[in-house]
Amino acid sequence: MMPLTPPSATPRLQRPEVQRVFYPALVAVLLLGLWQGLVVALEIPPFLVPSPLQVAQVMVADAGLLFGALVTTLKITLLAFVCATVLGVLIAFTFVQSRLVETALFPYAVLLQVTPIVAIAPLIIIWFKDPTLSLVMCATIVALFPVIANTTLGLRSVNPGLLSYFKLSRATRLQTLLRLRIPSALPYFFGGLRISSGLALIGAVVAEFVAGTGGTGTGLAYQILQAGYQLNIPRMFAALVLITLTGVLLFALMAMLSKWALGGWHESEVGHD
Amino acid sequence: MADPAVAAVDILSAAKTYPNGTRALDPVSLTIREGEFVTLLGPSGCGKSTLLKMVAGLLGPSDGRIVLWGQPVEQVEAAGHRLSFVFQEATLMPWARVRANVRLPLDLAGEPRAAADARVADALRQVGLDKFSTSLPRELSGGMQMRVSIARGLVTRPDLLLMDEPFGALDEITRNRLDSDLLALWQAKQLTVVFVTHSIYEAVYLSTRVVVMAARPGRVVDQVAIDEPYPRDASFRVSTAFSAYAKRLQDSLLRASAVNDDTALA
Ligand SMILES: Nc1ncnc2c1ncn2[C@@H]1O[C@H](COP(=O)(O)OP(=O)(O)OP(=O)(O)O)[C@@H](O)[C@H]1O
Ligand SMILES: [Mg+2]
Repeated sequence: MMPLTPPSATPRLQRPEVQRVFYPALVAVLLLGLWQGLVVALEIPPFLVPSPLQVAQVMVADAGLLFGALVTTLKITLLAFVCATVLGVLIAFTFVQSRLVETALFPYAVLLQVTPIVAIAPLIIIWFKDPTLSLVMCATIVALFPVIANTTLGLRSVNPGLLSYFKLSRATRLQTLLRLRIPSALPYFFGGLRISSGLALIGAVVAEFVAGTGGTGTGLAYQILQAGYQLNIPRMFAALVLITLTGVLLFALMAMLSKWALGGWHESEVGHD
Repeated sequence: MADPAVAAVDILSAAKTYPNGTRALDPVSLTIREGEFVTLLGPSGCGKSTLLKMVAGLLGPSDGRIVLWGQPVEQVEAAGHRLSFVFQEATLMPWARVRANVRLPLDLAGEPRAAADARVADALRQVGLDKFSTSLPRELSGGMQMRVSIARGLVTRPDLLLMDEPFGALDEITRNRLDSDLLALWQAKQLTVVFVTHSIYEAVYLSTRVVVMAARPGRVVDQVAIDEPYPRDASFRVSTAFSAYAKRLQDSLLRASAVNDDTALA
């Protein structure tokens, strides 16, 4: 007979929350090691591919410059994210007021989504002289659609039985909105936020690229451009790493926010074990 | 006080054709008096839910009229009457605790908080869930969720209770217990109940009168009064009278579907 292991003896590594961190971290360490090994072994010059150690060194040496740029990009990202959230929610509320409004306006929301931001960004930058304003606008346009789409869907995804109950209890439109539609929409809304937070960052970086040296000239994208001109590839990599880490951090923050807000009741956040 | 001389629900040749052309219900005429416990019994698709929703005013009849205490359903409250509807599913708000779910109709009516809380506690006690007022719906079993839904129906102190297969999704043991609880409440509160079920046995056990319906098209084919005294206990379920009523209802249902088969062949 097989000996039964008592459940309390589950090794730490078999717990899903530990696994979720441990295995990706393991992959990262392996890849970084491989990268470092290959660069050293093949004697690849740093202006082609810098080793992870060189990138780390630049990160420390140019800390002032890079983190200043990070703050600028982060500021644009967060402003755009807030704008996209507020605007997206307002537009979604307008949409659910009537099918007619949604039918009339939804194609334009899609239009905004499918038009590549690099194509409109130069116009926006010319029209709105203020660099911060124009960059925030570009990033907002990129981040807006998921909030609109998800919140609209959420406000409509109400349990039909509960809706009948509200109707039967002679609830007003406002009561139905506050007590039924908004709570039902929250999980969808947070899903939208998770996607939008990443898009706001992408939008900010892309807009900075388009603005280029003529723009604010301080964000991470500008640092990448500058480093490119100077063939300072390690600094380019360092800026890239900062952008990536920011994106991951934003996503994790949104996931935490959603868990905190819905933790108690929504299926998507209730125990997957 | 329930007065058997007063008609609580008057269905005056009400018929329903859905906008997509489905003929759900041929004209039905039916009077339900105060204090009655009337069950609508019939196979799936015979228009039981349709009829009940029309009584509640959730659906308008495409023909005919339905009045509650002589008034159209919108004016029932002004006339001092209240109706509650209990759905087949518990339809609770998953984000709200039990007590907030039960308080919902009072909140919607703008009842002051303190008075509302007292009535919520009272309603939860009636369904035996006073210990679970701070639980979330997902922490309760299906039967308990259904009882929360009934508490929400009782908290407004209705005199007309409309129930659409409220225990259809529950196991027989739980269902039997909730049936007895419901009968006790009906007697204590002098309610008028219209109850929808698939189950012949549930219909016989509960009702003062069973309305038998048939499908395609939905219509009323028979009415059987269950002349047995209340309170009815478990021994009633195994009595000869009970089986006789069950047999009578079964024959009625079979005859109705046999007629359908004949017309289908013709
Ligand atoms: N919203 C609707 N639109 C069109 N047809 C409908 C609608 N609701 C119900 N029907 C049709 O009306 C008929 C009666 O439906 P109803 O829901 O009243 O039956 P029921 O007796 O309650 O059945 P069950 O016991 O399965 O709940 C069915 O044929 C159904 O397909
Ligand atoms: Mg039904």
